[in-house]
Amino acid sequence: VLKTFHKGGIHPPDNKLTAHQPIRQIPAPGSVAILLSQHMGAPAKLVVDKGDEVRIGQLIARGEGFLSGNIHASVSGKVAGIDEVQDVSGYKRQAVFIDTAGDEWDNTVKINNTLDKEIRVDGAEILKRIAEAGIVGLGGATFPSHVKLSVPRGKKAECLIINGVECEPYLTCDHALMLEKGGEIMVGIQLLMKALNVGKAHIGIENNKEDAIKLFRHLASAYDGITVHALKVKYPQGGEKQLIKAIIDREVPSGGLPVDIGAVAFNVGTVFAVYEAVQKNKPLIERIVTVTGNNVKQPANFRVRIGTPISALIEAVGGLPENTGKIIMGGPMMGKALANTEAPVVKGTSGILIVPEEDSSRSIVQPCIRCARCLSVCPMGLEPYLLMPLSKQNNFDRLEIEHVMDCIECGSCSYTCPASRPLLDFIKLGKLNVGKIIRTRKK
Amino acid sequence: MSKLLIVSPSPHISSDQSVNKLMFGVVISLAPAFIVTLYVFGIGALITTVISIASCILTEMIIQKYLLNTEVKIRDGSAIVTGLLLAFNLPSNLPWWMVVLGALFAIGIGKMTYGGLGNNPFNPALVGRVFLLISFPVQMTSWPLPMASRLQYLDASTGATPLGILKEAVKNGQAVPDVMNQLPDHMQMFLGQMGGSLGEVSAAALIVGFIWLLYKRIITWHIPVFVVSTIFIFTGILWMANPLTNATPLFHILTGGVMLGAIYMATDLVTSPMTKTGMIIYAVGIGLITVIIRVYGSYPEGVSFAILIMNAFVPLINKYIKPKRFGEEVKHG
Repeated sequence: VLKTFHKGGIHPPDNKLTAHQPIRQIPAPGSVAILLSQHMGAPAKLVVDKGDEVRIGQLIARGEGFLSGNIHASVSGKVAGIDEVQDVSGYKRQAVFIDTAGDEWDNTVKINNTLDKEIRVDGAEILKRIAEAGIVGLGGATFPSHVKLSVPRGKKAECLIINGVECEPYLTCDHALMLEKGGEIMVGIQLLMKALNVGKAHIGIENNKEDAIKLFRHLASAYDGITVHALKVKYPQGGEKQLIKAIIDREVPSGGLPVDIGAVAFNVGTVFAVYEAVQKNKPLIERIVTVTGNNVKQPANFRVRIGTPISALIEAVGGLPENTGKIIMGGPMMGKALANTEAPVVKGTSGILIVPEEDSSRSIVQPCIRCARCLSVCPMGLEPYLLMPLSKQNNFDRLEIEHVMDCIECGSCSYTCPASRPLLDFIKLGKLNVGKIIRTRKK
Repeated sequence: MSKLLIVSPSPHISSDQSVNKLMFGVVISLAPAFIVTLYVFGIGALITTVISIASCILTEMIIQKYLLNTEVKIRDGSAIVTGLLLAFNLPSNLPWWMVVLGALFAIGIGKMTYGGLGNNPFNPALVGRVFLLISFPVQMTSWPLPMASRLQYLDASTGATPLGILKEAVKNGQAVPDVMNQLPDHMQMFLGQMGGSLGEVSAAALIVGFIWLLYKRIITWHIPVFVVSTIFIFTGILWMANPLTNATPLFHILTGGVMLGAIYMATDLVTSPMTKTGMIIYAVGIGLITVIIRVYGSYPEGVSFAILIMNAFVPLINKYIKPKRFGEEVKHG
């Protein structure tokens, strides 16, 4: 019997066009724009100036806020300037522009690709290297990994959960990475287990990736305490709370953290970055990005330097199709629609989805017929049909009572609504307002 | 870039479900029951259905266009469903103008006064039926005999429903088992060989429709199953206590629109509760009230009233019965 979470969930068509494509290296672009804000917290503080020569992997900005991460140069060359660039949300943000020259790596980085299985450092050192490498959650949340690994006083991590679910339709970057870098990921898991001082790790992979399940079962048989779980395909199983529920059958309490129930979860992409940081001393300067879409000529999985303009990725798959209506960064369920393609790739960029015009617009909104589908698909047990009008009416007290802050923004409600009501739009607005109120209350 | 991109918040895909598809799914599921009713009641059933649907659509159109000055939205299919279900709740020999009046009341008062689709607290078709029942009690309870006069409309030969005959006989002091001999047997009732409203006569055809609705995921099983089993258990207890004055539980669930009410009227998406627990409370309430009206009230049949009464409780049920939240109960390892 396959494991899964039991509350809500949907089955969108998975459209994994690039499921069996190898990872292709995209050459370093002529210039990159590296954003100073690629993590949840405050922007990182610059440590280079215009005109400085930088090498690949060199620190260019230090994450000083609680939820910030270090930023490194992803190409070698000259800092052309510190200027604003439009990010994927359309906001102007500070970025370091580097004009590429040569392929000069920082001296400390081991640039060979041999699998290094030997663990030579202790937990504290692992944590330090992860923090220095600027690793954040590559599943999309971009939560700094060293913060996640620092278990708060009074709490105890019992097991490590590895997220190989990739439940978003179209995306295959994690799948491709698992197939190519299985050995490295296993070492990464051991490093994380050591850093957390836990004896157990669970890898969750959905059943539509049978080759990855088979590979990891084989790899895990050589290690103690690492179990691979084949999971029933269901969205949003890649959500941290849903995955933990599916694997160890415990629920993260409302408003709490996974570590409250003894679990700490990492995406496979993050685990690979941890391996590179600790074993190869290589900071997070590149990641895997799926570039796909039904009309795209050659959809592919690329290894991309952070800061590469999205337009370069689109060129690499054969250019923008004629009838493109929308370009999404991320998957179709939770991704962001881009206003232009000059925004740079950031640490959280998992995919670029190019949508034809006919699939780009929303349907006409009809009245709510109280069919209760939104309620039955909500993985958090919320009532979207009720939260939407409460948010419209600015009824913040009631929104909070109805647990609006528990919403994980998976979009299952809007996806399912037969009346095409923009449920999630209003719930997000409600969360924003209620979140502000809660923060002022705490002060 | 020359062309502008479309920017909108996530999700960027949606299921292929729509309000129209749900409504037409209900219409299709009623096909078996409609075929049976044409076979049993003939031309009268056809006339009543056509008039009811046409008047419902026309009423909604006129109100939206001339009274509210809004966009006409009859294409969502909800007026067709109301029209069809109203017809299924009427005798096939009801004068056409009464059908029109019922439709006018169902859509005009039952639905549009509240703001149209999705806003009405009471099932519109039942509002129409109960309005007619109270206004024209004689016409609404003289049912054409099954198979007797399939080519006549208004002058069809009439009789009472099995429930009506039974209630009358018990009132006159006859024992139930004696009356049963004069009534169609359970198999005939199951297939639709009895007097009654258009859609209520064949439990078999309604169950086929129910299976289709479940297969298409238009409704869930909770409400129909709990309405029928509550009635079955309650009347079963009464029957075991005194079989001379009470009919068998099987008789109760096969007659008087229990199947039609449980499968189609009580499950109306707009007027039923949102959570599964809420649905069960609502369904058990309908079952209990139905039996109380049938056994202790003056009407032989109580499903319509029971549903309307429970409709009134739906907002309260939705307020107090909440889905189980994720992370509500914390298990420690």
